[in-house]
Amino acid sequence: MPDRPDRFAPGDRVRTRIPDPPGHTRLPRYARGARGVIVSTAGHHPLADERARGLPSDPRAVHHVRFAARDLFGEGDHAVVVELWEDYLEPDPAGHPEPTEERNSR
Amino acid sequence: MSTTHDDAPLAAQVRHLEALLEERGWLAPGEIDERLDAFAAGGSPANGAAVVARAWVDPYFRARLLADGNAAIGELGFSMGGALQEQKLIVVANDADEHHVVVCTLCSCYPIALLGPSPSWYKSEAYRSRVVRDPRGVLRELGLELPASTRITVWDASAESRYLVLPRRPEGTDDLTEQELAALVTRKGLIGTAAV
Repeated sequence: MPDRPDRFAPGDRVRTRIPDPPGHTRLPRYARGARGVIVSTAGHHPLADERARGLPSDPRAVHHVRFAARDLFGEGDHAVVVELWEDYLEPDPAGHPEPTEERNSR
Repeated sequence: MSTTHDDAPLAAQVRHLEALLEERGWLAPGEIDERLDAFAAGGSPANGAAVVARAWVDPYFRARLLADGNAAIGELGFSMGGALQEQKLIVVANDADEHHVVVCTLCSCYPIALLGPSPSWYKSEAYRSRVVRDPRGVLRELGLELPASTRITVWDASAESRYLVLPRRPEGTDDLTEQELAALVTRKGLIGTAAV
């Protein structure tokens, strides 16, 4: 069981963190500083960044986050779903109601 | 790692490390190979094909598979438990409107139990970097031309889940048995880089 309550739930609009951490991370570079929507929760796992450094790490939520290609790459009509630990995410209350292919701004 | 070269400096480093660990008695000779073999044991695209064929003939199984992949493949005797811990299986179904394709942009995560060892192109820098950006173009190069109206969703296996694509059942296969249907399913179809 998770030791901490989930910070996000499916349907929440989020923005991924921008900084490049000093060590291992599972937030792909192409998905940094991007706006997306949580589509589902994939489970609860210790943070890979902390485990890679040999640090203790409590399980916390990992989410499937859907991004419109245009929001990631500035072009494209597809979507990319990335599985991200909640640590990589910030709330994005200003996010568009429907982050779909129609959008082209950050 | 994304490529395999026995003569690469990295391979030499790994062999050196292995030798040091064995010297200290922390690792039995051949232990790593045994672990790798155990991890890959029984893994084959035939497993994934059997799962897909069952889903094609049994809509209730299909629903269970999409809701809880791990439990559903267990019904057929398969498991995602080959690694140190059981991996969560997410099955995504293609339909007339949406096509799914799987990648691991960070390394080469892949459902070995259902697909066997991953093909070299899946681990290639080119596939991993390009399919998230231009899936339609990459699929076209791989021989899959999708209608412009078909939406594409790319799944990046960046964390703990593994993904399997459930292809659409081909037209004109109503008379085929479950086994005959399974024979139609390819590894590429299960990754989403082919229609079936």
